[in-house]
Amino acid sequence: MKFIYQTWWKILAVLLVLSTFYTGLLFKAPRLPIIHETIRNLYFHVPMWMGMLTVFVVSVYFSIKYLRNGKEEDDLASVECVNTGLLFYSLGLLTGMLWAKYTWGEFWSGDPKQNSAAIAFLLYCAYLVLRNSIDEEQKRAKISAIYNIFAFPVMIVLIFVLPRMTDSLHPGSGGNPAFGKYDLDNGMKVAFYPAMLAWSFMAIWIASVRYRIRLIEYKKNEI
Amino acid sequence: MKKFTVLLLLILSFATVFAQQSQPVEMADVLRSSGKIYVVVVTIVIIFAGLAFYLFSIDKRLKKIEKEK
Repeated sequence: MKFIYQTWWKILAVLLVLSTFYTGLLFKAPRLPIIHETIRNLYFHVPMWMGMLTVFVVSVYFSIKYLRNGKEEDDLASVECVNTGLLFYSLGLLTGMLWAKYTWGEFWSGDPKQNSAAIAFLLYCAYLVLRNSIDEEQKRAKISAIYNIFAFPVMIVLIFVLPRMTDSLHPGSGGNPAFGKYDLDNGMKVAFYPAMLAWSFMAIWIASVRYRIRLIEYKKNEI
Repeated sequence: MKKFTVLLLLILSFATVFAQQSQPVEMADVLRSSGKIYVVVVTIVIIFAGLAFYLFSIDKRLKKIEKEK
């Protein structure tokens, strides 16, 4: 846990995000019909989901750790990771909706990708509701850890597997090419990979700050 | 004669409608101008606003703890 108290990776994350404002907005991007310049959203919309995924994975890790050793701190870490993940989830949904409005025509067109993303969002909201509805501390931690471990694969299937098996407007689904096709010959990787890495670290940073506050709250209540 | 003028009128009105259609559709939509780059700008604004909002909520929580001390 020493990692979250170090500074170097936070500086790295900030510098990488700053670099994407230059590389992402000014570097050459493929000229495509309908999408036009909004292809640059790839460096801002997609990393939100990467950030979400990162903290959710960390959250599952701490849930498993809690079930193994029963330390209250691990439970707190997993909750704060989910809280942060939901922030990135909302940002991903909102930026996606805006992008959809100007490429697909509607903010919400009932696309399989959008619908299953909404369902998975509710799945994680249910996690927080479940947590808050149990008063007894150990029971709450145990039940929510188990719920979290099961919610994660369901979320993965809903967002990343099912929409790809049907017709969807979203790139990478139903015969639509993903943007990875354009990465290779246009140097979009220069902006895309740093953005993914940077926002993962940003998500972990926010989660770690929340965890540290939560830890103080917890220790105070214990006394 | 009357029928003929009506027919001519209808044909001509069709011609005008057709002429109108060939003109480019002008949309008063700022976000669609300049190759839709403003969609990207608004995306960045949404992300920043979300982070700022979250920062405020964390700040509020920390203040609460500081007050209790």
